[in-house]
Amino acid sequence: MRATAASALGREAWARRLPLLPAFIYVFLVTQIPFVLTIYYSFFSWNLLKPGSFHFAGLENYGSIFTNESIRIAVWNTVLLTISVIGISVVLGLAVAMILNSEVFGKGLMRTLMIAPFLIMPTAGALIWKDTLLNPLFGLLPYLLTPFGLGRVDWVNQYPMVTVVTVEVWRWTPFMMLIILAGLQSQNPEVLEAARVDGANAVQSFRRITLPLVRPFIELGALLGSLFVVQTFDSIFMLTFGGPGEDTTNIPFLLYLVAFQGFSIGEASAIGVVAVIITTIVATLALRTLFSIFQIEARR
Amino acid sequence: MESTGFRSKLLKSALGWLVVFIFFFPVLWMWLEALKTEPQAASSPPTIFFVPTLEEFQTVLSGDFPPFFINSAIASILSTFLVVALGLPAAYALAIRPVKRTRDVLFFFISTRFLPFAASLVPLYLLARDLQLLDNIFALALIYTTINLPLGVWLLRSFLLEIPPDLFEAARVDGAQFRHEILRIVVPLIAPGIAATSLICLIFSWNEFFYAVNFTSSEAATAPLFLVSFISGRGLFYAKLAAAATLASLPVLLAGWIAQKQLIRGLTMGAVK
Repeated sequence: MRATAASALGREAWARRLPLLPAFIYVFLVTQIPFVLTIYYSFFSWNLLKPGSFHFAGLENYGSIFTNESIRIAVWNTVLLTISVIGISVVLGLAVAMILNSEVFGKGLMRTLMIAPFLIMPTAGALIWKDTLLNPLFGLLPYLLTPFGLGRVDWVNQYPMVTVVTVEVWRWTPFMMLIILAGLQSQNPEVLEAARVDGANAVQSFRRITLPLVRPFIELGALLGSLFVVQTFDSIFMLTFGGPGEDTTNIPFLLYLVAFQGFSIGEASAIGVVAVIITTIVATLALRTLFSIFQIEARR
Repeated sequence: MESTGFRSKLLKSALGWLVVFIFFFPVLWMWLEALKTEPQAASSPPTIFFVPTLEEFQTVLSGDFPPFFINSAIASILSTFLVVALGLPAAYALAIRPVKRTRDVLFFFISTRFLPFAASLVPLYLLARDLQLLDNIFALALIYTTINLPLGVWLLRSFLLEIPPDLFEAARVDGAQFRHEILRIVVPLIAPGIAATSLICLIFSWNEFFYAVNFTSSEAATAPLFLVSFISGRGLFYAKLAAAATLASLPVLLAGWIAQKQLIRGLTMGAVK
């Protein structure tokens, strides 16, 4: 009697689990097993271009990572790129969202046009910036800046990081705007009205009422955004190819160079392991925020 | 009072439109360049007034661009279909009849989305090479499925959570089978959720570049790779470049504009509605 009840319970549990399994197994096979292999390869010296070069190397790859100048530059570039892109696009996104949340003409059309940079294929956007807007000979921007004495500036080569950050900010500001706008729209306008009646000025009601309300949305946007921006590859490939020198080589681009230009499997794997550790730290923070927002939404 | 309100609205509108114009301008400029002839596109100072022509679009479309576009379509549509087919049952198991440790499973899924491609790149590349699956559009579609599946599970789950549980109780009392429960109740009710999920998957896979550039070369190359051929180009090619960039961006731009409401929910994996 008890046994059949238990087996019925077991069957019930399996019936619940069954629909989950295909997706779970698929994701497990394609992400977890390769990651274990990545860790494994990271202890070997192996260059695909040199047959027979496969041999155990211990911590050699990690040693060279931490002594190699390239990786330090790449980590620094990744941090610099991520912090400046996220910082600037959050501020701009907040500003645009506040304008779109107030009484303005053509709100819907403004929003529609504003999200276009996020939807444009990143490789296409980067090419348009590089060749038609920033090109020192035929580009529009140098032409417009000529009266200010910036007419013949070769932005991509002279200010590579500024260029990459600009293009990425252009792309991520709409993303931040969308998330922050959703936060602003969940605000009860009567509260702001009451604050105004009570004599609060615009700055006070922004700091005391609006900002605390949209803060979780800003955090969510910043953290989700940074998980994407840390992986920036497309625009660097198209704009600067990591250069000049290593000026705009970030971790994903370095990985590309090591794995697909140099075919150093062991070293690329070691870079992969380090990248995972860094990303895990950021992702843990992001997920905590995500869950707390889910709980706020659930309470509503 | 009335007039100051109007004046501030006017002022804010002007400021807002200025900012929007700056952000939208590169897109507008891309369209304008695409409608020029090559000499107009490469003139100094830049040509502002001109008679638009579709010449470059014709050149691109009658040239070698279509195969790239078709590859993008195959990879995006196939992977989106797989995401929904695998993700919907999983989301169901996590939302309607929660399994034990649901939170852990959700956490697992989403953590794989943000695992950098560095984590699995090398072994996947070696595997694809050994199985002769490099430059194979179906292999690329499988990779895109992996990228989008975690997001799909989260997003579909957030839509399933909105279905009143009573509906399922009623169906179970009627003795509906699991399969019928999914097909008769779940699918019709979360059709909008499936649409939103598909949209996000299409956007991410259509625009994806890193795997496309490393896992394909000629046969399976997708639309972003067509644009790469312009990097090394010299001479008069800006109008053609702009036309190609416009065409390559068009599907996602249109889809995103049509489904603006779903966009925000999709990008935040259902957290923000």
